[in-house]
Amino acid sequence: MPHRSARSAARSAKFDPALDAAVELADVRFGYDRRRPILKGIDMVIPRGKVVAIMGGSGCGKTTILRLIGGQIRPQSGKVVVGGQSVPHLDRDGLYALRRRVGMLFQFGALFTDMSVFENVAFPIREHTDLPDDVVRDLVLMKLNAVGLRGAAGLKPSELSGGMARRVALARATALDPMIVMYDEPFAGLDPISLGVVGRLIRQMNDALGVTSLVVTHDVYESLKIVDYLYFVSEGRIVAQGTPDEVRSSADPFVRQFVDAQPDGPVPFHYAARPLAQDFAHVL
Amino acid sequence: MNRATIDLWVGIFVTIGLGALAFLSLKVGNLLTTQSAPSYRLEARFDNVAGLKPRAPVKAAGVVVGRVESIRLDPKTYEAVVSMRVDDGYGFSRDTIASVLTSGLLGEVYVGLDAGGDPKLLTDGGMIAKTQSAVIIERLISQFLFDKAQAPAK
Amino acid sequence: MSSDVLVRGLRRVGAGTLVFVTRLGFATRFFFAVLYHTPSAIRRLQLTLREIYFTGVLSLVIILVSGLFVGMVLALQGVEVLDRYGANESLGIVVALSLVRELGPVVAGLLFASRAGSAVTAEIGLMKATDQLAAMEMMAVDPLARVVAPRFWGGVISMPLLAALFSTMGVFGAYLVGVRLIGIDAGAFWGNMQAAVDFRTDIVNGVIKSVVFGVIVSLFAVFEGYDAQPTAEGVSSATTRTVVGSSLAILGADFILTVFMFRGIGL
Repeated sequence: MPHRSARSAARSAKFDPALDAAVELADVRFGYDRRRPILKGIDMVIPRGKVVAIMGGSGCGKTTILRLIGGQIRPQSGKVVVGGQSVPHLDRDGLYALRRRVGMLFQFGALFTDMSVFENVAFPIREHTDLPDDVVRDLVLMKLNAVGLRGAAGLKPSELSGGMARRVALARATALDPMIVMYDEPFAGLDPISLGVVGRLIRQMNDALGVTSLVVTHDVYESLKIVDYLYFVSEGRIVAQGTPDEVRSSADPFVRQFVDAQPDGPVPFHYAARPLAQDFAHVL
Repeated sequence: MNRATIDLWVGIFVTIGLGALAFLSLKVGNLLTTQSAPSYRLEARFDNVAGLKPRAPVKAAGVVVGRVESIRLDPKTYEAVVSMRVDDGYGFSRDTIASVLTSGLLGEVYVGLDAGGDPKLLTDGGMIAKTQSAVIIERLISQFLFDKAQAPAK
Repeated sequence: MSSDVLVRGLRRVGAGTLVFVTRLGFATRFFFAVLYHTPSAIRRLQLTLREIYFTGVLSLVIILVSGLFVGMVLALQGVEVLDRYGANESLGIVVALSLVRELGPVVAGLLFASRAGSAVTAEIGLMKATDQLAAMEMMAVDPLARVVAPRFWGGVISMPLLAALFSTMGVFGAYLVGVRLIGIDAGAFWGNMQAAVDFRTDIVNGVIKSVVFGVIVSLFAVFEGYDAQPTAEGVSSATTRTVVGSSLAILGADFILTVFMFRGIGL
């Protein structure tokens, strides 16, 4: 893919996509509010070319991990290494180069509502390359074809269903053939057919393009079908990890509660409250 | 909403906007009427200029020939020194009389020039020797009352 | 008891002032960042033109109609007062000076703030709430350059044009009422007006005012949108802040500018 300037070409050469570990997190701590840390020491290795799921309950910090990898936020301590480069230490140009090699699919798609589907997918191509219009057109249509939406190129995002919007966002995220693709809750709110489609596309894209995929989700069923490895996050720490087979047969109570969808277990059913007798003292 | 339509409408918008500005400058304002005429400076001293303000017109025979530039007080003689710019097209004799007049009873105050017979003309920076100060209504009234009081009762 | 309430009230005022000052600082840095990205707004000319369309062209109807009505009412009221002094023929002067110096920039500015300013804030706020700005950032495109700067300059360019159109429609409306309806002599109307309205002091100052107001409204609009809480209430309160804040700022700036611009004339 031709680069916009020689400078950015030189910079992207620093990211070594051939490394065995595409992404590495070591003892990462972070909190939006310093007094309440969300991540309390995360250790993660994402092997190159694999699909890895990060699972956990709502608000446990999964999306925060994606933001740390993308350089949107800096950890309070710990290492975040992508392609051999330490992300928190990148300058503006370095971040720019990083984000050109990383594609992200946001929750619910985050398509640009003032543009058509075609223009949405063409956006990263137009912004980062000087390719002529007819080449851009061919590329966009190829990407849309890969997700099955070539015929929808002229529609606006408001005319798409949730599943279709998600697929367009996937085409957009992979438009520049990135090194790493991150998916933030790609299965959220989809009907069963779309669920299956998106899951299959994630796997296919990963294998066809040779990228490394990071899927943040709490959909256990779909994840176990498509990923190579899973990490479970709870209370700011990795509480369990393993391949799909290891997870299915795991005896860890947290994993079991999650996989079997049990209401009570390591993640309690009741929100912290006073003893029952106290609240109903006037009755007893 | 495609590009061509947007470009068209923006073009229309900018055109009528600039047209409105042009209209305001030319028909509502005085952009072409007075500004660019070359002019020369004259000075005149008055005992009292009443409500004369900078930018007030300078008229001769009722025709605007220039504008008052500045008014200041001479700290030694306590006279008002009026500096005015007169269009180059008009020459005034050295014995021209400058008066501070009012258009109508309550109108704006202006400087009126009455040309005299001297063949020599005032040049740039020249001083008008003969001046007539503004008529102050209050002094007129008190003068009138004074005269009335003076006149022997019949 | 009451001292406790007083202390709490003071503490809230103190905290509120701190928040205000912090936001003001952030807004100033934001302003300079937007200015810094001006070259890319020029490069993305198509985007800026689009914003001129959305802020300017779509405000045309309200500006033209309001200008017309304001001019007509000015004429009606003006004639009523001027009649007492037999000074009907000065109607043109009164209307033109009121519009060009004050009403044009100020009223057009207030209308612009409520129509275009709120729309821009809502748009940017919604883009923030639906992660579109974050998505853009993750694609290594600076949203300040691509979303904010074109909207800012679109507003700044539209505003003086709208103010001029407002004043023009006002003069026309006054002409309709004064000359056509009431019967003031057309020659006197236009002639007196032209003699009294000076290009440099009145019209140019009016244009300067409208440019300043355009900057105020556009800055408020893009800042509040960019800074909005990414929720429905957040966007709604950001929109309100844009309209209220820029309206007050316009009126305040108008006072300051008027003092400096028209100080020497007749005061």
